[in-house]
Amino acid sequence: MKAVMSNKSAIALYVLPALLLILIIIYIPLVLTGYYGMMDWKGFAPMKFIGLDNYNKLIHDSMFWKSTYHSVLLGICSTLSLLIYLAVSMVLASRIKGANLFRKIYLIPMLLSSVAIAQLWSKIYDPSNGMINHLLTSMGVQNPPLWLSDPNIVLFAIFVPIVWQYAGFYIIIYYAALKNVPEEVIEAATIDGATPWQVASRIKLPLIAPVFKVTIILALVGSLKYFDLIFVMTGGGPNHASEVMASYMYGEAFSKYNFGYGSAIGFALLLICLLMTWLIRKLTTSGEDVQY
Amino acid sequence: MEEVVSLNKKKALPIIMVLVVMLSLALSGCTSSDNNASGSQGGSNGQTVIKFMHLWPEGSSNAQYTIVNEIIQDYEKQHPDIKIQTEILGNDQYREKLKVLASSNELPDVGMTWSDGFLKPYVEGQLFTPLDDVIDANLKDTFIPGVKESYAIDGKTYGMPLELNISYIFYNKELFKKYNLQVPKTYSEFKNIVKTLNDNKVIPAAVGNKEGWPGSFWFMYLVDRIGGPTILTDVIQGKRSFDDPAIVQAATEVQNLVDMNTFEKGNSGLSNDEAKGYFMNEQAAMFLTATWELPNYTTSPDVPQAFKDKIGYFKFPLYEGGKGTDINSYVGGPGVGLFVAENSEVKEQAKDFAAFLVKEWGNKSVTDAGVIPATKVDTAGKKLDPMYVEILKDLSSASNVTTYFDTQASPNVAELHHDLIAALFGKQITPQQFVQQTAAALAEESN
Repeated sequence: MKAVMSNKSAIALYVLPALLLILIIIYIPLVLTGYYGMMDWKGFAPMKFIGLDNYNKLIHDSMFWKSTYHSVLLGICSTLSLLIYLAVSMVLASRIKGANLFRKIYLIPMLLSSVAIAQLWSKIYDPSNGMINHLLTSMGVQNPPLWLSDPNIVLFAIFVPIVWQYAGFYIIIYYAALKNVPEEVIEAATIDGATPWQVASRIKLPLIAPVFKVTIILALVGSLKYFDLIFVMTGGGPNHASEVMASYMYGEAFSKYNFGYGSAIGFALLLICLLMTWLIRKLTTSGEDVQY
Repeated sequence: MEEVVSLNKKKALPIIMVLVVMLSLALSGCTSSDNNASGSQGGSNGQTVIKFMHLWPEGSSNAQYTIVNEIIQDYEKQHPDIKIQTEILGNDQYREKLKVLASSNELPDVGMTWSDGFLKPYVEGQLFTPLDDVIDANLKDTFIPGVKESYAIDGKTYGMPLELNISYIFYNKELFKKYNLQVPKTYSEFKNIVKTLNDNKVIPAAVGNKEGWPGSFWFMYLVDRIGGPTILTDVIQGKRSFDDPAIVQAATEVQNLVDMNTFEKGNSGLSNDEAKGYFMNEQAAMFLTATWELPNYTTSPDVPQAFKDKIGYFKFPLYEGGKGTDINSYVGGPGVGLFVAENSEVKEQAKDFAAFLVKEWGNKSVTDAGVIPATKVDTAGKKLDPMYVEILKDLSSASNVTTYFDTQASPNVAELHHDLIAALFGKQITPQQFVQQTAAALAEESN
């Protein structure tokens, strides 16, 4: 094994297939997207090179910034909801009755596709026949909110199924991390008289901090490129009130045949995601990670 | 040792089974891709293969699906050397796939397209072939006047229309009878109906504005009745401006209807199908839609006869003081038509098949599907639903059919129009803003 690892050409041979695949499937299309962004192109018919016009238009496009704002807002909300997931998994990881059952309950939404979830919640949100408004009217609320058609509410209405959808994913990650915290450390602390709160905040949290950082990046970048559920539930409407970057890109490229401009939006989306990742890493790498 | 071997045997069986399944899957994958590869050049028996893509899946459009299948079988019987290979997708998926296929220049030999604004980018990209020769040879004078023209650009026809649609207000006769309501002739009568239904806690009309176009029907009819039948077409052709006072007034009337609680609440978040549910569940009394819904009220086996019997229709009422004084002026337009791909390797055969399909469709769609074809039909001696016969009669006495504004407009303007309609119904914008934003987009386009 050692002989192979010190042989440079052998290393190259082993790395090459995966490298080629990643280049062809991911990096080349990325570069091409940036290139298409410089075209006046309908998606078919000949392209026309127009330099940075699309990117220039993008910077002055208020609708793009509005959708960026919505995406960032969604990202912030998702990041905050990590705290809920963390709290839930802390409870589940401490030996309580029925933890196993709850874990499964939280995991089930993960098994559904986003489209199914979107359909389900569209029915729940239906203004007159939906479950929520039925409940509200039976409780005597005169004018229950019109969840998906009120531009002031729609983004938050969409956010609820998103929290629900990803609960299982993050809870599993936190649960696994918490289970990795050595039992002895916690026992020692309890013997020394630490309260459960102290155990959680002084021992468990610092020990799973690296995992927490990763989930922040996952949540934020995931929200920035979020698309499927919103597209099915509202299509970005009403009148762009729930438009996010990815749905705006889709609309421009496929509904309006502005493929060049759509590519430019896609490339900008990539840059924003990279920037966010870099920013979070900068902000969270203060000091050494706690080790045990 | 003995035990180990037997254990391995036990494990081996499922593994072998998995391998067999995977292998057979891989093989079947290979064979089907082989078929595709041989595609246009010729099938297994030296047959010419014509690829045909349509949007009537067996489940959701059963009547249409069956007819198309029959026509294909007839055609293959008459032309033993030709094999028609179909690919069927639902409406929305069809639209998506067509765009993707177009961008990789792999359109099917024959496929379906919409008219005017939808067609234009494809024609400009030289993806569709002109069909005038085959129309002249096979289908001369068979189309209802004006329909074929919607598929023409610069004097060449790029699509053979299959359907024609006009819009009516369909209503629940039983609900009308219960509250003693008469079919309205004028707009003020219509408003009274809305008021009575509201007082009795019935939703007057269902509309779904998530995609915008269903609400646009109300807007377009109001424009027609207030500003006269040609105004929207004039706007597209640049003869008039979208900020015409008549259009502003129509947009204002839309918001007046919203203020009167004419439509179900939260309609800007509902799709057309969801809104249709309100009408089909008899929660809403009226539904302004096009004749493509006719099978649901006449022939469809999925809808109970009791419901079908309750449904009637009336023409959009006349607006007092408006310029559109003829109730026989409709908002409507051609539905789908057939195109033939410009770079098809079997272009001539594809054209011939397309013409055959259009012709046969005209005969069969009336009796079997209950939809209105774009070709002239002789209804004599056919057993048809009374509502259907009535509508065919209307069509022959129509003074005008204004093609849907969003169909006539370019994809850019159409999308904006849909967004703005949703906003207009949701009262997010004023009628003035509605008109100005559309006018600005149209002006940008004409530059």
